[in-house]
Amino acid sequence: MHTTAIALIQLGAVFFGLGLLGRVAWKIGISPIPLYLIGGLAFGHGGLVPLDGIEEFTHIASEIGVVLLLLLLGLEYSASELVTGLKRSWMAGLLDIVLNATPGAVAGLLLGWGPVGALAMAGVTYISSSGIIAKVLGDLGRLGNRETPVVLSVLVFEDLAMALYLPILTAVLAGVSFLGGLSAVGISLAAITVVLVIALKYGRYVSAIVDSPDAEVFLLKVLGSALLVAGIASQLQVSAAVGAFLLGIAISGSTAENATRMLEPLRDLFAAMFFVVFGLNTNPSSIPPVLGVAVALAVVTTLTKVATGWWAAKRQGIAKMGRARAGAALVARGEFSIVIAGLTVASGAVDEKLAALATAYVLLMAVFGPVTARIVEPVVGFVRKRRGLRTATA
Amino acid sequence: MNVEVTPLPGIGTRQDFMIRADRRIGVITYRDGKFELIVSKTDDPDACMASIPLTPAEAGTLAGLLGAPQLVAHLANQHSEVTGIDTKQFPIVPGSHFDGRELGDTQLRTRTGASIVAVVRAGTVHPSPRPDFVFAGGDLVVVVGTSDGLSSSAEILGGG
Repeated sequence: MHTTAIALIQLGAVFFGLGLLGRVAWKIGISPIPLYLIGGLAFGHGGLVPLDGIEEFTHIASEIGVVLLLLLLGLEYSASELVTGLKRSWMAGLLDIVLNATPGAVAGLLLGWGPVGALAMAGVTYISSSGIIAKVLGDLGRLGNRETPVVLSVLVFEDLAMALYLPILTAVLAGVSFLGGLSAVGISLAAITVVLVIALKYGRYVSAIVDSPDAEVFLLKVLGSALLVAGIASQLQVSAAVGAFLLGIAISGSTAENATRMLEPLRDLFAAMFFVVFGLNTNPSSIPPVLGVAVALAVVTTLTKVATGWWAAKRQGIAKMGRARAGAALVARGEFSIVIAGLTVASGAVDEKLAALATAYVLLMAVFGPVTARIVEPVVGFVRKRRGLRTATA
Repeated sequence: MNVEVTPLPGIGTRQDFMIRADRRIGVITYRDGKFELIVSKTDDPDACMASIPLTPAEAGTLAGLLGAPQLVAHLANQHSEVTGIDTKQFPIVPGSHFDGRELGDTQLRTRTGASIVAVVRAGTVHPSPRPDFVFAGGDLVVVVGTSDGLSSSAEILGGG
């Protein structure tokens, strides 16, 4: 067969397969991310379909997937929402970091991956999946609930924390010294401040550069500027993802909404490719040895996220059932944990087992998160009933 | 009424208030302009028993349904000094005879002596509509007249 024909058939098979997996996932009420990862594990190295002809394409497509994931994360919240969110939820945000980054960091150190591995694992267990959580809250009709703004403001804080964390991680992965790491912190703090000020005061100019009444022109301009900024950031060793993310924050108002609407399908396409490629590059046989650690991390970080949400909701005067819902909603981890693991493994600075651990962890948490959010009300109700019975009989 | 406005980062705004029946009711306005009507649970006011998605047109119609009685009550109050004059509202049922037809086509004044003083559409009141006003399904027609005039108006607007 002609090589183009083979490549088209392979790509078609991959996308069609992912489509079927996605349909199954939403039907049973979980995120498709774990199924994409499993799809990736199944393809390629020793898998069902060898993907030799399209490796170059899948590689660049997965890079674009990361850029789009971060660009849309930046677009999700306007600069003013970020600032008010920071003011309102910084205490809950700090608790979130302490409770949820620590288990990952400890696991990284215990597995002997050193401070760099600990930093990467801290990010993997810290960051909730805002995509999964927003979808689950909408599906369960909880957007009108009183605890939902609490959940969202924790996600906003995590968003800002990512803007700080990613440049630091990139710098550390590139092997800079402790001082170099500190200067990376300084540079990233300065960059975020500048971007926030630009977005708050001159956001309309940034938006005006990419804006266009014509949908086609608009799409090309937004996508083009995102890839340009990402490429330049990557050239400056700041990581492509961070550049796209900061561009997303700088674009605001109705331009941001239009860009989100237009780029969402593209992001879904390329992000799916990213998850598949990440799965492809992870050797399935490396997962069983780390499965125990992954399960332990999953249990611990489920409890710590529930505690975070519980505490944050309690501060806003929400009743116990609402606190439990807030905590359970935050449990899901997904795309950004994989982005962090992807950056780490690509740099080659940390043991490749980290990819296996992150894969197993996200497989568990992306399934477990939505399930927890769903079953929390009956479970709390049941526990309460049991307690009520016990106090009644005592 | 103390309406609470809560921003929902990344989603939109929630506006709600407690009603006397100890429920929280309100509206979520999404960034893309969709609406959702929310009603809280009785046993857990933090949670919602229903969140009903509404298109802008549906939300407007609902607002009209809730707002029109007030307009009618207001008009009825004004006409209360004149004995024998009353105010009533009639819906234009979608797909019915006058859906898409002009107000003049009803010949209401000639046939019944009653007058159309306002049309409520999608939450907004169109006062003193002209004969070339085109009705649409879901409109509420506010009519002033004698009780006989009003009952014949009901027949005309209901079926033509």
